[in-house]
Amino acid sequence: MKLDAKIPAGPLAQKWERHIAESKLVAPNNRRRYTVIVVGAGLAGSSAAASLAELGYNVQCFVYHDSPRRAHSIAAQGGVNAAKNYQNDGDSVYRLFMDTLKGGDFRAREANVYRLAQVSANIIDQCVAQGVPFAREYGGLLANRSFGGAQVSRTFYARGQTGQQLLLGAYSALTKEIARGAVEMFTHAEMLDLVIVDGQAKGIIVRNLQNGEITRHAADAVVLATGGYGNVFNLSTYARQSNGTAAWRAYKRGAGFANPCYTQIHPTCIPVSGDYQSKLTLMSESLRNDGRIWVPKKAEDCKKNPTDIPEEDRDYYLERKYPSYGNLAPRDISSRAAKQVCDEGRGIGETGLGVYLDFAASIERYGKQTAKVQGIVNPSKEKIRELGENAVAERYGNLFDIYKEITDENAYKVPMRIYPAVHYTMGGLWVDYNLMSNLPGLFVLGEANFSDHGANRLGASALMQGLADGYFVLPNTICNYLATQKPGSCPKADREEFAAAEKNVKDINARLLSIKGKRTVDSFHKELGKIMWDNCGMGRTKESLERALDLIPKLREEFWRDVNVPGSGDDLNQSLERANRVADFIELGELLCRDALARSESCGGHFREESQYPDGEAMRNDAEFAYVSVWEYKGENEAPALNKEPLVYEEAKMVTRSYK
Amino acid sequence: MKVKLKVWRQKNASTAGEFKHYDTPDLNPNMSFLEMLDVVNEDLTNAGEEPIAFDHDCREGICGTCSAVINGKPHGPHKAVATCQTYMRSFADGDEITVEPWRAAPFPILKDLIVDRKAFDKIMQAGGFVSIRTGAPQDANALPIAKEVADLAMDAASCIGCGACVAACKNASAMLFTAAKAGQLNLLPQGQPEKDRRVLGMVAAMDEAGFGNCTNQYECSAVCPKQISHDFISKFNRDYFMATVRATFQQAPAVTTGGGA
Repeated sequence: MKLDAKIPAGPLAQKWERHIAESKLVAPNNRRRYTVIVVGAGLAGSSAAASLAELGYNVQCFVYHDSPRRAHSIAAQGGVNAAKNYQNDGDSVYRLFMDTLKGGDFRAREANVYRLAQVSANIIDQCVAQGVPFAREYGGLLANRSFGGAQVSRTFYARGQTGQQLLLGAYSALTKEIARGAVEMFTHAEMLDLVIVDGQAKGIIVRNLQNGEITRHAADAVVLATGGYGNVFNLSTYARQSNGTAAWRAYKRGAGFANPCYTQIHPTCIPVSGDYQSKLTLMSESLRNDGRIWVPKKAEDCKKNPTDIPEEDRDYYLERKYPSYGNLAPRDISSRAAKQVCDEGRGIGETGLGVYLDFAASIERYGKQTAKVQGIVNPSKEKIRELGENAVAERYGNLFDIYKEITDENAYKVPMRIYPAVHYTMGGLWVDYNLMSNLPGLFVLGEANFSDHGANRLGASALMQGLADGYFVLPNTICNYLATQKPGSCPKADREEFAAAEKNVKDINARLLSIKGKRTVDSFHKELGKIMWDNCGMGRTKESLERALDLIPKLREEFWRDVNVPGSGDDLNQSLERANRVADFIELGELLCRDALARSESCGGHFREESQYPDGEAMRNDAEFAYVSVWEYKGENEAPALNKEPLVYEEAKMVTRSYK
Repeated sequence: MKVKLKVWRQKNASTAGEFKHYDTPDLNPNMSFLEMLDVVNEDLTNAGEEPIAFDHDCREGICGTCSAVINGKPHGPHKAVATCQTYMRSFADGDEITVEPWRAAPFPILKDLIVDRKAFDKIMQAGGFVSIRTGAPQDANALPIAKEVADLAMDAASCIGCGACVAACKNASAMLFTAAKAGQLNLLPQGQPEKDRRVLGMVAAMDEAGFGNCTNQYECSAVCPKQISHDFISKFNRDYFMATVRATFQQAPAVTTGGGA
């Protein structure tokens, strides 16, 4: 596999500008002669489809949802980072770049991260112009808050629904282009294969989820913006439908899969409560601006009522271990710290797998502050509490409501119980600086690619990356490829490559439907998730990964022998949809473990217990592992090949990450 | 706890549906309503029957995909809560629970509890956007917007597009949805240039899709999982009135053809 990252020459700060200036272009009157397929309509997909259509390309956009407004970007709560420095607190493109690179534990591609920081400011301008109602100050200017891994306030937000508002903004841009006929929208349409013609991505095979019809779609280029694969763990903060199938099937057609083991476990989620559970719910990282995380110092206090545990018996372990970042330490570090205290037997809640996120101090602080502002002299304790609760509600009310609905507990009165859960995947299909995969004509955006977050993503950076890719990067890089393709040279869908891919999809569906075994699809998904979480979760060892690599192939064999997919293929059949996705998750889970085994260093969210400092911090091994692992499919029952893209830093130095 | 389910089963849009009865296995009161359906579906699958098709995705009340009328009420018993965030502890042991799809002509039933809400996208395509190109805007802070205005726009913008408002309305009116979507943009300075066009277009699209008229019963805002206020409907009506007046009396620019040297 040839891996040329195509990083432009020249000083880091000038690479992107220079790259745009030196890019090949497609003339406006020729753009309408190119068709581009965009799969997915989350932040990356919608923004890309809309922006490409504005430029004049013919765009076809495919989503498996009933509407392009439903993708899971919508669930992002906290915010979007941008180097605007509106707060005058020392932010800059360089600082956002360094924070992101360091946050990713120096495993991201330097030039991509710098570009991300550069275009971040444009995202805010773009979204405001679309009518995204970001939070504002009384003076009418935009408000900011802080997120993990940063010592500046650069996060823009719309209550606890920032992802929703940004997605609806991108959806409105897409809608505008659908309305003028520039984008053809396909809903209830799931991509099940990628079509390669003469070594280039030229089309997709799609199943209509309403009636089961399988169709072929040809294009000059294919853009995947299909999100992450965290549901390989079954229980996660992902939407139930989120899946890795489009990316996985592209991998099986030759696209390199990069760093699959880089998964993000988010520290603040509502703990698991039972076997029946279908998903875990995130409590936004923004809560850590005002919540303090603690567990009892003594294991015997764990079952006590938290409000009865006196201050001196509490261990605010993040503040203790990481005094300069405190409760805003990055996600990987905070998650691991939670696991450590629970492993020590100091976890709280029924299962002992939980820590407290406590707002009492903030409620008191805000209460006193508000009383002062309102001129209330000698306010009573109750009054302070009331004012403080109102102030906290204004910031995070919707999150407290969600918490109440799920747990039946009032977090204004008792601390929230939280525990880490799978939240994001930094790994994904390999792309070069143009966001093109090793398969010419295949572009990959957003969470589906691998490039910007290294081994750990900072909070409020996913929204930034999705929109950067779609609005500003792809529209300026896809022309480099399209300009090499003769206008009107798009292959016809009656070619044998399309027929073969269609047959592949039909064969898989037929096989799944014919087994009629004894186990449901969900039971396999649960079992896979448990194998992954137990052996390839927050702590990974050679032994646990080898165990997983023994168990997963057996599970796969059992799946294809004993799965029960009821119904038929020519109908709306949710069991069949899930069966395809779980079949792919089983294979993807195996690759994830294989990658985790091969990378025997610890970095970011990938923690190999063999590789740690005496204080329990992750120990990177730059001499041996300063590369991107890119896996190449070699056929069924063949071991995939590992290719390496060395990470060469021109500006930054790979140093040991410290948040102490 | 255990409950009895009375669920609408319908093979597809062209087949008649009917209620079917199911007894659930033992349930944990902390299960979500959809997790209860998952458990029932596991049993149905194991028994060789087709599971109940239902729409769902994020399961945290924000994507707007889930849609079930539970005991006659869209999204179930609680105020400001979507189906996916309804928990079994809201029901008593032994209860019979009736589960139906949204019932509204513009939302045809696709299967069991799943309806097609494409009509909402059609309304949006008639004006639910600001026509600006990527890359064109000015600095985000160049135009201050009063906090109160931004907050009100955010209230409107929190609509999740689930369609409960339509399902609750005896006229199957989409006024709350449309008023919220248009209202967000009409409140903000960025939405002003296209305000009239937006309002007139979206009303026409609403009518064309077969949604009924609003008769101010406000069942919509009562069931809205995001508690969008029906005050947005009043505002929308004012915007519509003014747009109609202007469309009738305001001088239109001459239509000219382009070209040049």
